Amino acid sequence: MIQALRCLVYRDLLLALRRRSDAVTALLFFVVVVSLFPLGVGPEPALLRIIAPGVIWVAALLACMLSLARLFAADHADGTLEQMLLGAAPLGVVVAAKVLAHWLLTGLPLVLVAPVLALQYDLPAPLLGVLAVSLLIGTPVLSLVGAIGAALTLGARGGGALLALLVLPLYVPVLVFGAGSVEAAAGAQSPDAHLMVLAALLAAAAGLAPWAISAALRISLE
Amino acid sequence: MLEISDLECVRGGRSLFRGRSFALRGGELLHVAGANGSGKTSLLRILCGLLPPQRGEVRWQGSPIRALREEYSKQLVYLGHAAALKDDLTAAENLSIACRIAGKQFRPSEIHRALEIFGVPDAGTLARKLSQGQRRRAVLARLALSEPVPLWLLDEPFAALDAAAAGVAEELIARHVARGGIAIYTTHQEARIEASARVLSLDGPQA
Repeated sequence: MIQALRCLVYRDLLLALRRRSDAVTALLFFVVVVSLFPLGVGPEPALLRIIAPGVIWVAALLACMLSLARLFAADHADGTLEQMLLGAAPLGVVVAAKVLAHWLLTGLPLVLVAPVLALQYDLPAPLLGVLAVSLLIGTPVLSLVGAIGAALTLGARGGGALLALLVLPLYVPVLVFGAGSVEAAAGAQSPDAHLMVLAALLAAAAGLAPWAISAALRISLE
Repeated sequence: MLEISDLECVRGGRSLFRGRSFALRGGELLHVAGANGSGKTSLLRILCGLLPPQRGEVRWQGSPIRALREEYSKQLVYLGHAAALKDDLTAAENLSIACRIAGKQFRPSEIHRALEIFGVPDAGTLARKLSQGQRRRAVLARLALSEPVPLWLLDEPFAALDAAAAGVAEELIARHVARGGIAIYTTHQEARIEASARVLSLDGPQA
């Protein structure tokens, strides 16, 4: 089972390496959106510091959304998804591998680049750490929950817009507690409570989402 | 043994076939015939468990396949219309990964030999650079590695193949059946294995 997981993650990373433009799109989108705000709002450090966590988190949600539509679409179109359903590994493992690869390709780069981008907002160093940790815990939830939507809208016309309508409301708790952790730390409070809630969301999503994604995929493939 | 009882398939609100029953023992070959849209692909998808039938049941060695799930999946190879080839992977990588998804690991030398049997030119070429027929050959090469798998479900295996490659595929299927395996295929081409095959026509009057 671990072998199947490793094989599928390896495959998705290899595919991304062969077709880098797809993989980089979400990251570039994130970088551009986050960099546009200081230009639009003006160079007022106090204001920028206040909006920074919200802007960065919203940009992360949207960047994640952008890449979700492709999560299962290519495998669906060329028949690989059928072969995965007929594979030796339970569908839950297949799905976990796809989500893990998605996070490695979109979530993790966001986590790494966010502290650098946050410098434009004049965030003090300790807050950069909190921001990175909150994204580290939060972005896997985005991948897990988003994959449910991606599986449900598979093959639907106008799937992209539908996906956004379906998934973005579900991202609200992650956004609230993710951005909240940085704001709490900025207000000289401990961000621990927010981060704990995020971790709880991650645990719940990791436990339940693969099951939900599998069920959604089986329906989409009938 | 594969048994089908009283199978009904409804697609898009239209009943494609109903009341289909048959049983296949090891060593039997079944040709599913019928016009376009008569439900051949749907039947194969039902048989491999991708599509739940409207009514009826598919049983493998006496147990319903819905209950067997992965245990049943391991017993079959399904090659569908869609090639399941990734354009950005080489033929060898595609084949190796397809086998690993199916739960079997092969050495690179075995992968290359399977591709050679089907004359896929250079195993290092990306799949996007292969012609339609060569892509089909690369997919069918999986059959050369699937000898121990008892049930083969092949949807249009000979489409886009030239005579030589179709001959290789037919020989593999014939050998598989001779070894006691079961093979079910659809085709619109003339196939030499036809002579030894039972035929299930989906056009005929429904039982």
